[in-house]
Parts: sequence; structure tokens; C-alpha cells
Amino acid sequence: MTPLLSVQGITKRYGAHIGCADVSFDLYPGEVMGIVGESGSGKSTLLNCMAGHLPPDAGQVVFDTRTEGPKDTITMSEPERRMLGRTDWAFVHQHARDGLRMGVSAGGNVGERLMAVGERHYGDIRGKATDWLERVEIDAARVDDRPTTFSGGMQQRLQIARNLVTGPRLVFMDEPTGGLDVSVQARLLDLLRGLVRDMGLSAIIVTHDLAVVRLLADRLMVMKSGRVVEAGLTDQVLDDPQHAYSQLLVSSVLQV
Amino acid sequence: MTDQAYNFAYLDEQTKRMIRRAILKGLAIPGYQVPFASREMPMPYGWGTGGVQVSAAVLTPDDTFKVIDQGADDTTNAVSIRSFFERTAGVETTTATSEASVIQTRHRIPEEPLTEDQILVYQVPIPEPLRFLEPRESETRKMHSLEEYGLMHVKLYEDISRHGHIATSYAYPVKVEGRYVMDPSPIPKFDNPKLGDMAAIQLFGAGREQRIYALPPYTQVVSLDFEDHPFEASKADHPCGLCDATDSYLDEVIMDDQGGRMFVCSDTDYCEARRAAGHKGKDAA
Ligand SMILES: Nc1ncnc2c1ncn2[C@@H]1O[C@H](COP(=O)(O)OP(=O)(O)O)[C@@H](O)[C@H]1O
Ligand SMILES: [Mg+2]
Ligand SMILES: [Zn+2]
Repeated sequence: MTPLLSVQGITKRYGAHIGCADVSFDLYPGEVMGIVGESGSGKSTLLNCMAGHLPPDAGQVVFDTRTEGPKDTITMSEPERRMLGRTDWAFVHQHARDGLRMGVSAGGNVGERLMAVGERHYGDIRGKATDWLERVEIDAARVDDRPTTFSGGMQQRLQIARNLVTGPRLVFMDEPTGGLDVSVQARLLDLLRGLVRDMGLSAIIVTHDLAVVRLLADRLMVMKSGRVVEAGLTDQVLDDPQHAYSQLLVSSVLQV
Repeated sequence: MTDQAYNFAYLDEQTKRMIRRAILKGLAIPGYQVPFASREMPMPYGWGTGGVQVSAAVLTPDDTFKVIDQGADDTTNAVSIRSFFERTAGVETTTATSEASVIQTRHRIPEEPLTEDQILVYQVPIPEPLRFLEPRESETRKMHSLEEYGLMHVKLYEDISRHGHIATSYAYPVKVEGRYVMDPSPIPKFDNPKLGDMAAIQLFGAGREQRIYALPPYTQVVSLDFEDHPFEASKADHPCGLCDATDSYLDEVIMDDQGGRMFVCSDTDYCEARRAAGHKGKDAA
């Protein structure tokens, strides 16, 4: 089977400082990859390099495109990469305000990607937006309200709806439950798990919270100082970590 | 008599050449915003310094110049721009649309169809149609270059969701020749259909924002809309109270403090010409 995403030797430096170094892995369709590690270990840097938000200093990010098959997204033209970014790819930011338009209604936020790919029927766009609000457990009556009137958990669910409405094939998530209350986190995780299952989503989830990957990820990479120190099936890594750093992480010495 | 303290039309020749280059580039790429080095003009920005600089760059001594502000020739703004060019360029001025070769306008397109011998210069406050949703200029420039215009429809979507219909009635966004989305300046959307296929050259100048853009004659200009909420060039549903015109854009005028009001052509030259030809509305004395 062709990997959906094949990451080869991704390296990003900030001056002399290493953001992430020589990261490689394959992601197959329908798989969820978790990336864990303490704060500053390079998770976001890696994710942003993969998603086309940061140019890496070295490496390839080969995506299995619909029309042309596997293609390196680092070297493809910017219009092509941005087109991927609003069709087959989605990106869920840790802070909903980075991923939402706060001055635009919930319906407009969800509808934006539809309009970006050329939908021009108001009734249809609104209908799909309302459906998606319900799928992420937001009352459809809130469709015309701005996200500024939503709770943190609702904003994050709205951001997820906005990203999934065009049926992306790959979702990047950076600490999607970070900054939320514990009970709100649990509900969001349940919702994400349901969506990943129902839609057969492929996803890469960055988190420092092992509970998140335990619930969502099929496979896991553990990062330390910009490098992957251990990788494997989620249960294996969490239940029987091999690398000393993974052991520390799992024993929760490094948690928080 | 031209005031000899100034070069013809106030700006020095080098500046006018720079502005003409921007205009030519704008004409070559219809709807594309061309940056230019806007000069200080002896008037506040709100008075249309972008339009004034464009007019200064295209005027020749043989031109006849007209200035309208919301359709009228006699507002303070229109009068002072007209007298500015009388003083600095010594050009003939007129209030008759058909007699003018260069017309500078704020907020209207004349009712009378323009010809190939005319240039219409618009004063533009905010040239970037994507600005209200995307304040970062680096990003809007990219959106234009990559034709990523979904955001424009988000604005119209918001309009409908809030008001039940597209409530944008001024500065209604258009797509030019199927390529660039353009802000037509704060003209009423009633005027939008006149933008397309116009015989005259249309030039747009934004002074504070340092942008010039243009529509060459007979350019395709389409107002954005949704399939189920099509664009409509609406106006007040009345005939003009003075000249009885049913095809002109109307202003509502308060007549007295008893709440009396009437609708009259916003294009005063058009209204006067019709009255001179014998047309009479119900409120005409
Ligand atoms: N824009 C930046 N400039 C300089 N250094 C950065 C920048 N972003 C991140 N870093 C550094 O790179 C390393 C990895 O950061 P990051 O990818 O944000 O880690 P994580 O997401 O795992 O917390 C850290 O040492 C961080 O300080
Ligand atoms: Mg991070
Ligand atoms: Zn009239």
C-alpha cells in the first residue's frame, strides 16, 4: 500500500538551535500518528514543517495526491500547496482563535472552506454548516453567533467542524485539547475519537498529554531535543517503553 | 489664469510620469492594484487625494474637467477640487457630463452613458476588498496572486445570515475579466452594472493607501453573488420628484420638519437636463 504521507529526514534549525532533526516516518491511510514529548522537544516545529507552515532546512514530505499520486509538498508550487491546505489537508490549532475567524459567524467559519473550493449556493452552504455544528455537538441555533460568544470547548469543536467540512484526507492537530478544563477535554476527545472512526480519518496529533494519544493514536513517536527517540504502536510504547526518556515520560515524572 | 507658482496641474513632471506608469500598468492588468508613491497634496486625505493625483497625471490643457461628489457638482469637496485644477492647470470646467473629457467622482457614476472620449477618475478610500476579513496585507496580496477569493463570499454569506439578503449596498465587490476581485469604491451597487462594458476609461486612485487600479474600455465586470441570492442593482422604488426619471439613482431629501421628504436624482446634472427638456416630477414647483 502507498503511504498517504511519507516523511523523510525533516530537519529544521532556528539559527544554531535545533527545532527538529532528521525525522522520518510513513503514515498509512486511516492511521492516527501521535507525537509526544515534553515542551520544547520539537513537536510543533515538526508538525508545522509537515503541514507547509514552516519551510524545513532538509527533508521531504511526500503526500499521495488525488490526481498525481505521491508528490513532495515541500518542493511543489505554493499555489498547489495552499490548495492542499484547504482541500485534502486540515490543521487544528491549539488556540481556537488561531484557527477561527473570530469576527465571522459560526456558519461563516464552517462555510469558508466550502466557498474557498467554489460552492456558491447559500442555502447549501448553510445547510452543510448546520449539519457540521450538530456533528460537533453545537446547537444549530448558534449558527449565526460569533465564536467570541462560545466557551473554549465550543470554539475548539467549531474549529474542528470548520476543518472537517470539506472531507480532508489528512488532519494535523497541535495540542487540540490543550488549555481546556479536564472535563471539557474528555468530551472533546470522545468527539474526536468518534469522528476519526466514522470518517476513517488519517491524522497526526501532537500532544504532551499521554491520555490523548492513548485514546486516539494507533502509533506513537516520542521526541526529545528535536529527535525521535522511540516509535511504535501506541500500547507497546506506553506499556513497555524501551528508551530511558520514554520510560521517564510514561512514569509521568516529566508530565505537565 | 494659471498660478505660476505651480507646475501644470500642481504635480511636477517626474511625479506625473510615475503616476502615468502606474495607470498604464493598471490598464494592462484590469482590476489589479498597482502601488504608487503617493504625494502630499494641499488637501486632507479624506478629500480624495488619490483621485486628484490621477486627474493631475491625465489632464492636458485642452481637457474639460468635471467633479462630482455623491452625484452633485456643488458640494464643498467638488467645488474645491474643481477650483484646484482651475487654478493649477487652467483647464475648462463644466457641470455637464457630456461636455467633460475628464470626470473625477466620489461615490457615483454619472447616469448619462460615458463615451470613448472620456475618462472617469474615482476617489478610493480603501482599495483592498479583502481588508475587512483579512487585515494582513502580505496575506491579501497572496490571495489576489493565487486567486483565492473564497473570503469575499464569506462576507456576502455573513450579510445574508444577518439580514436575510445581501445588505452590502455600497462598495459592492466585483470580479474583473474573470480574474481580479476589485472594490469599485463606495459607489451604490445600483451603479455596478455601469462598470462593465463601459466605453470610457475608468481609473481608481487611493491616496492614503497608495494604490491605483483601472478598467480599460469595454471590460467585463461581474458583481459577486450566490446562485440563490443573485446580485440586484437596487434603488429606491420611486420616480424622481423633480424630473420624474425612473431609471436614475435617488437620494432621499428631507423637505421640512414635519417629516416631509422626497426622492430626487443624486446626479444633479442629469436631473437638471431632464427638467430643462420639460420633464416634471410630482414634487416640482
Ligand atoms: N520561532 C522560533 N525561533 C527560535 N526557536 C524556536 C522557535 N520556535 C521554536 N523554537 C525552539 O525550538 C525548539 C522546539 O520547539 P517546539 O517545536 O515549539 O516544541 P514543542 O512543540 O514540542 O513544545 C524549542 O527549543 C523552542 O524553543
Ligand atoms: Mg508545541
Ligand atoms: Zn431627477
